[in-house]
Amino acid sequence: MAILVIAEHDNQSLKAATKNAVTAAAKIGGEIHVLVAGSGCANAAAEAAKLAGVAKVKVADAAHYADQTAENIAALVVANAAGYSHIVAPATTNGKNFAPRVAALLDVAQISDIVGVESADTFVRPIYAGNALATVQSADTVKVITVRTTGFEAVAEGGSAAVEAIAAGPDLGKSKLVSRELTKSERPELTAAKIIVSGGRGLGNGENYKTLLEPLADKLGAALGASRAAVDAGFVPNDYQVGQTGKIVAPQLYIAIGISGAIQHLAGMKDSKVIVAINKDPEAPIFQVADYGLVADLFEVVPQLAAAV
Amino acid sequence: MKVLVPVKRVVDYNVKVRVKSDGTGVDIANVKMSMNPFDEIAVEEAVRLKEAGIASEVIVVSAGVAGCQETLRTAMAIGADRGILIESDADLQPLAVAKLIKAVADKEQPQVVIFGKQAIDDDSNQTGQMFAALQGWPQATFASKVVIADGKATVTREVDGGLETLEMALPAVVTTDLRLNEPRYATLPNIMKAKKKPLETVKPEDLGVDVAPRLKTLKVAEPAKRQAGVKVADVADLVSKLKNEAKVI
Ligand SMILES: Cc1cc2nc3c(=O)[nH]c(=O)nc-3n(C[C@H](O)[C@H](O)[C@H](O)COP(=O)(O)OP(=O)(O)OC[C@H]3O[C@@H](n4cnc5c(N)ncnc54)[C@H](O)[C@@H]3O)c2cc1C
Ligand SMILES: Nc1ncnc2c1ncn2[C@@H]1O[C@H](COP(=O)(O)O)[C@@H](O)[C@H]1O
Repeated sequence: MAILVIAEHDNQSLKAATKNAVTAAAKIGGEIHVLVAGSGCANAAAEAAKLAGVAKVKVADAAHYADQTAENIAALVVANAAGYSHIVAPATTNGKNFAPRVAALLDVAQISDIVGVESADTFVRPIYAGNALATVQSADTVKVITVRTTGFEAVAEGGSAAVEAIAAGPDLGKSKLVSRELTKSERPELTAAKIIVSGGRGLGNGENYKTLLEPLADKLGAALGASRAAVDAGFVPNDYQVGQTGKIVAPQLYIAIGISGAIQHLAGMKDSKVIVAINKDPEAPIFQVADYGLVADLFEVVPQLAAAV
Repeated sequence: MKVLVPVKRVVDYNVKVRVKSDGTGVDIANVKMSMNPFDEIAVEEAVRLKEAGIASEVIVVSAGVAGCQETLRTAMAIGADRGILIESDADLQPLAVAKLIKAVADKEQPQVVIFGKQAIDDDSNQTGQMFAALQGWPQATFASKVVIADGKATVTREVDGGLETLEMALPAVVTTDLRLNEPRYATLPNIMKAKKKPLETVKPEDLGVDVAPRLKTLKVAEPAKRQAGVKVADVADLVSKLKNEAKVI
């Protein structure tokens, strides 16, 4: 039995989510191979080869994999699926995009967003915005799985896997990338940050978000996050959103400022180690999950907090 | 050009579901059911395409129990022209639903199929992509902007790092993200009108689709409950607790 993990990368370097997926694969048990599909992605492949427990890295290097279009990536994975009992990808927007295509082409179910491995065919996954955990068993011969990164530690380095070039598939030419507007930030990536400062509608506008939260995040070396309401109101870009339908995070410290704590928001952050809530409404549901709650006007206390840490 | 929109009936997003004490599932008896919020956005987008003269007809399809008729009526009150219920009491999993929608699409020949990105009950985020794969069509998931013109779809997608825009020939699959649009409220006259719109019922057998589940749910459990902590007096108290008690800063 061998497991194929599909690497997430930006053609230069490996994305952290790949490391959590490898840990999940190790829990399943079996020889782990990593597929790196990209363009000029040798460095990402070399990084994958260093992950502990990885036996082989397969690299498909071709121009039409540069943009990770779902149609091309899924076709490549399917063409290389023979001999694998499990195909594993991180449950990032990229993994969620191509993995169900792989499953459908193989005529198997996908097991989405697993947070636990019970055995080679049985997995735990959250449903209903994390209000329930389902243990599901797959009867399919190949298991296509996406891994919720917060459910598994990142694998350590220390491996030295063989790197092998494999043939690229054809360019299906079904979709074409026109443009990409990636949010530029010097801050840690939201899903990998140790501390997250997150703001909600209570901040009132984008200017307040910036002037109040950035100094605090700078002091703490934190990533910035937001509720959907803050994103919808245009305070911050969409990729800041934490929640059921945004990013799932589990930092050491999550500071929720002016966020009420709707179920959909909690779904994305309630596995954080320590939660701080700052809200002027003592009844706000966020206090039901907060380790430390401060009932106060955020405009008054956030600058104080930034000064004190 | 026809637009097809699959809509799922789910537990309303405001309901906090309870896990059944015997661990067999969540208790959905007597809870409010609604259209999956992402599917409302999908219906709205399709209706806007019709209003803009781009789509000729908006067809909504739902797979599940007889109660899905209600969901289809809601979609028709937003402005869809007709509905198809694929009636089944079985546990319909994403691959089965994708196959059922494929059977409908093969008959109806839509140029665009707009799914929600995720059903908020199973949180699978699979069906649209699976359908696209079965058809061999291009897909644009997690859409926050959709432009259909000249036989092409140009779609802006919400991805982890920000936004990306893809272009693809029709027929194509789009799955909606929350910021694509804000669905309108159905007005009373439109709700009345929707009652008279055509609603056809078929069975999975009529479509020749095997809907047997591939995943067996062995157990459903409540996640570990987080205990509410303490209220701190002021910023100094908070900082001291974070430093000395929690040791996270
Ligand atoms: C299908 C679906 C998916 C969703 N997915 C997500 C998701 O992924 N993530 C997400 O976050 N939401 C999601 N939502 C939205 C969610 O239901 C809530 O609407 C949203 O989280 C509310 O954001 P908020 O807490 O910032 O705003 P509000 O609920 O308006 O809360 C603002 C809070 O700020 C406090 N406040 C105001 N002024 C001050 C002040 N001066 N000082 C201190 N406190 C103040 C208020 O007391 C209040 O508690 C989703 C909804 C749906 C329907
Ligand atoms: N039973 C169903 N009937 C109609 N559409 C469905 C059904 N299940 C899923 N869908 C569609 O597929 C999308 C994604 O669902 P899922 O893959 O289950 O998260 C939903 O937003 C719907 O558009």
